[in-house]
Amino acid sequence: MPNIKELTDLTTQVRRDILRMVHKVNSGHPGGSLGCTEFFVSLYQELLETKEGFDMDGIGEDLFFLSNGHISPVYYSVLARSGYFPVDELNTFRLIDSRLQGHPTTHEGLPGIRIASGSLGQGMSVAIGAAQAKKLNNDDKLVYSLHGDGELQEGQNWEAIMYASAKKVDNLISTIDLNKQQIDGSTDDVLPMGSLRAKFEAFGWTVVDIEEGNDIEAVLKGMKEAKALTGKGKPVCVLLHTVMGNGVDFMMHTHAWHGKAPSDEQLAEGLSQNPETLGDY
Amino acid sequence: MKTYTYTEKKDTRSGFGAGLAELGRTNQNVVALCADLIGSLKMDKFIEENPERFFQIGIAEANMMGIAAGLTIGGKIPFTGTFANFSTGRVYDQIRQSIAYSGKNVKICASHAGLTLGEDGATHQILEDIGLMKMLPGMVVINPCDYNQTKAATIAIAEYEGPVYLRFGRPSVPVFTPADQKFEIGKAIKFTEGTDVTIVATGHLVWEALEASKALHEAGISAEVINIHTIKPLDDKAILDSVAKTGCIVTAEEHNHLGGLGESVARVLAQHRPTPQEFVATNDTFGESGTPAQLMDKYGLNSDAIQKAVKKVLKRK
Repeated sequence: MPNIKELTDLTTQVRRDILRMVHKVNSGHPGGSLGCTEFFVSLYQELLETKEGFDMDGIGEDLFFLSNGHISPVYYSVLARSGYFPVDELNTFRLIDSRLQGHPTTHEGLPGIRIASGSLGQGMSVAIGAAQAKKLNNDDKLVYSLHGDGELQEGQNWEAIMYASAKKVDNLISTIDLNKQQIDGSTDDVLPMGSLRAKFEAFGWTVVDIEEGNDIEAVLKGMKEAKALTGKGKPVCVLLHTVMGNGVDFMMHTHAWHGKAPSDEQLAEGLSQNPETLGDY
Repeated sequence: MKTYTYTEKKDTRSGFGAGLAELGRTNQNVVALCADLIGSLKMDKFIEENPERFFQIGIAEANMMGIAAGLTIGGKIPFTGTFANFSTGRVYDQIRQSIAYSGKNVKICASHAGLTLGEDGATHQILEDIGLMKMLPGMVVINPCDYNQTKAATIAIAEYEGPVYLRFGRPSVPVFTPADQKFEIGKAIKFTEGTDVTIVATGHLVWEALEASKALHEAGISAEVINIHTIKPLDDKAILDSVAKTGCIVTAEEHNHLGGLGESVARVLAQHRPTPQEFVATNDTFGESGTPAQLMDKYGLNSDAIQKAVKKVLKRK
């Protein structure tokens, strides 16, 4: 059984990492990162079945692809705190000569990353390809992916969504971060997308809602439910209802912190709401 | 002067199909993807023999490029197949981020390149693809000249680790290179020795360059014909060695003069040995409907055009 206290402590520490990383370089994307912290912690601490070390092909282990690459702060923090690279390296985020580029990349050889992302809408196709390679290799492990909800406005997603069900890619769990915000405002203001459940179901996917996407226990329960639905002839979509900026009160429920760093005062306030648990990098 | 003949004409896309079929038999990691153009790309044989290693994507080229990138994760060597236009411009950002920047071992195989696609017209006749692809860091760009060279190139790129753009065409053209050739990426081939002018050609223009060299020989002009099948990485040395002897050069390609082989050659010459150069290429224009021969004549991409360019460049020596 997962130790919820330990996972919660890690989540709090990751929030601190995110705030400190973007503050240091006065750039980056805290809002979506904070909203997905519970998801990443659950994924890397409890859900992914991985081998020791890192190799690109990932045969015989679960794979994860981040499509909305701008939430790199949470990705980097959780990868580092899961042992993929030294936690101290978080100090180099977005600096010259760093492996921690503004958006994740394989180009600098950072362990844990298997595809570059940042230009939106491309990750689901990649995840499908990796899932089909697993089937060719008789590898029964799973492929997970994460996408922003606004990102679904990119047409390539719908090519991929149509394909995955037609080709019965049932070893894939694609999670949508349903925070209902994008750069220019709420998704309902910018380009309303209607019911994503109805759309994914119409395209032949199995859909699981996680209503409390910022509750560790709810995320674990929902993702395990999703995992149990794999291998049944359909790809699985998780609609992860989150609050952008979660855990820092003045960043919550707004698109304003999509790509903006906190000031010194705002950093102090954010950190005070998330007291140090495992030690700052 | 060494002369070249041919006994049959074949399309270079069939060379790709034959090479892919052979790879299907010899390399279990090779997989193929197609966006609803199996017949046009001549992928039937590979599919018939390896149905489990073929992915029909449907009319969704962006998704195809992403899936190809994903298939490399797990050790596969994906060959994507569609028209050159839909292999490059339509999916440039997918190739840029998911394949080139991510360093994925994807082979982007592009048929119906250039004007010789013919009657379908300008929407399908891409003349910008070499430029688009050679600008991507790490991308290898290859444009073979006949059936045999295309088949050999297809087989060779499976052995190379990294992204490759392989460009070929639709029309039947003379088969004049050996069936048993070994294809070396980045290595130019000297077809004729000459002393007055260097003609550097790629793709369908290589045969036209050989035809031109014959006519020039009869007119007392000695032309050295070099086949650059690999536009990137470019065989700088072969070009520099030749112009050191001839002192002038004509480049010939079925592509816009902006961004093509000619510009790559000009860069090398400007840096190392400034040399008079003329360009046989399209002049910043779209194509149009017509037969391949009519189009190549109208847009100045044949033996006659090469001969004219040679006479012009000789006066600039």
